[in-house]
Amino acid sequence: MIGFDNVAHDFGSGALLSELTLELTAGSFHFLTGPSGAGKSTFLKLCYGELTPTSGTVSFLGRNIAGMNRDELALMRRDIGVVHQDCQFLDHLTLAENVALPLAVSGRRIDPGELAELLGWVGLSNQAQALPPTLSGGERQRGALARAVIMSPRILLADEPSGNLDHDLSMRLLTLLVELNRLGTTVMIATHDLALIRAAKTQVSARVMRIKDRRLHPAGADL
Amino acid sequence: MSRLSTVLARLLGDTEADKVVPRSGLALWLTVFTAAAMAFLSVLALAMSLATARLADRWSGAFEGRATILISAAPEAMGVQAQRVLDILAVTPGVASAHVVDQGEMRRLLAPWFGARTPIESLPVPQLIDVEETPAGFDAAGLALRLAAEVPDAHLDDHQRWRKPLVQAAARIRLVSVLSLILIGGATAAMLTLAALASLASHARVIAVLKLIGARDAYIARAFVRRFTLRSLIGAGLGTSAGMIALATLPGASAPGGLLTGLGFSGLQWLWPLAIPPLAAIIGFWVTRTAALHRLRRGE
Repeated sequence: MIGFDNVAHDFGSGALLSELTLELTAGSFHFLTGPSGAGKSTFLKLCYGELTPTSGTVSFLGRNIAGMNRDELALMRRDIGVVHQDCQFLDHLTLAENVALPLAVSGRRIDPGELAELLGWVGLSNQAQALPPTLSGGERQRGALARAVIMSPRILLADEPSGNLDHDLSMRLLTLLVELNRLGTTVMIATHDLALIRAAKTQVSARVMRIKDRRLHPAGADL
Repeated sequence: MSRLSTVLARLLGDTEADKVVPRSGLALWLTVFTAAAMAFLSVLALAMSLATARLADRWSGAFEGRATILISAAPEAMGVQAQRVLDILAVTPGVASAHVVDQGEMRRLLAPWFGARTPIESLPVPQLIDVEETPAGFDAAGLALRLAAEVPDAHLDDHQRWRKPLVQAAARIRLVSVLSLILIGGATAAMLTLAALASLASHARVIAVLKLIGARDAYIARAFVRRFTLRSLIGAGLGTSAGMIALATLPGASAPGGLLTGLGFSGLQWLWPLAIPPLAAIIGFWVTRTAALHRLRRGE
């Protein structure tokens, strides 16, 4: 689905990631861990084309992302759901409008029933008309997850989704991500929350990778 | 009808896309005010252009095909010389008719300067002969030479001496007015571009979110295009209305006041300013779309 072939990336001040070779296959579940600043977010941005590799190739469904034009890049992103730690909502729109935004952007009809069902799935039925700043951290994360999956993406990328959540809310979010994976969505979670990884491994067959010394390594036995 | 609605939809943009950008009150009113001020100035420049065109036509048309011969001779010789001039004119090709301006006509001509009761008879005014040309016209230089040779006290005035500079001045004023209109359009485009770029910069986070969820550049641009098009249209509508009201309150061309009257529109010319709001909207649409797409492609 997403392939990394000897990918390197640097920000000019030195290499951040190098020699990344990896294939995220359809329906798989991945964790990416490592210390803060190791390049986890950069890895995810390479996945959805926000960053272009300095060398090597990142491909989506066999196509080199760097070779896509801007419209093709936009269409690709409709197939990739992204959940950020800060959720990235538009604060002047209601939660329901934020969640439905990918449909509006792609010109698709918004089915109020399906939207209500999705909000119910993430436990936010009662907050549909709330503005994002009035929501708690957990509600915002679940809202961001609902927005990320409303287009039924092939792959879901989550960047520190439990960063602002307590243990219970993290587990609730994890349950939703595992459910999605069981429905066939490829999931990639970048996190340094080892408890989340350990909990996930009891529910799903997850591959755990660690970024260390700019390179990807299989996680140790502790994970 | 469907074509009209398609054009309107293209021009006014996407209401759904428009919703994703939060409204900013001050920027909104500044854009409307700028469009209004520019439209107001456009109406004045347009009125100036059309009025000077009318003046140029009037001045170039005045005395078109006519000339005057002035005879400044002693009173006792005046009649003989006038007859001699009439004889010459009778055989001059290109002269349709000629007649001596009588005292009644002379009184009417001089009344604006000396009053209606002036005793013309006692004033040393020259004898005037009004000459009407055929459409082909006469050889003014040849006639002047012949008059100089045969009636030295007669002088030919074909009105070119004063008419030409006035027509030239009117043409220059018209050119300046047209240039002003172009400059106003350019300044409007520049200011709307700056406002659009400022709006794009201040909504960078909104743009980042839209890109993240798969919005195409055209969709993001539409979110900004609609509001700037509408602001330009509304502002220009207000400015145009104010400009037309201001011109309507000016004295009419018939009122006494010399050249400064009649600077407004005349007849169907009042329809011309109605083109300003749609033009402003087109400028707003075009510059916002161009600025947005340019900035998005640069990845800012």
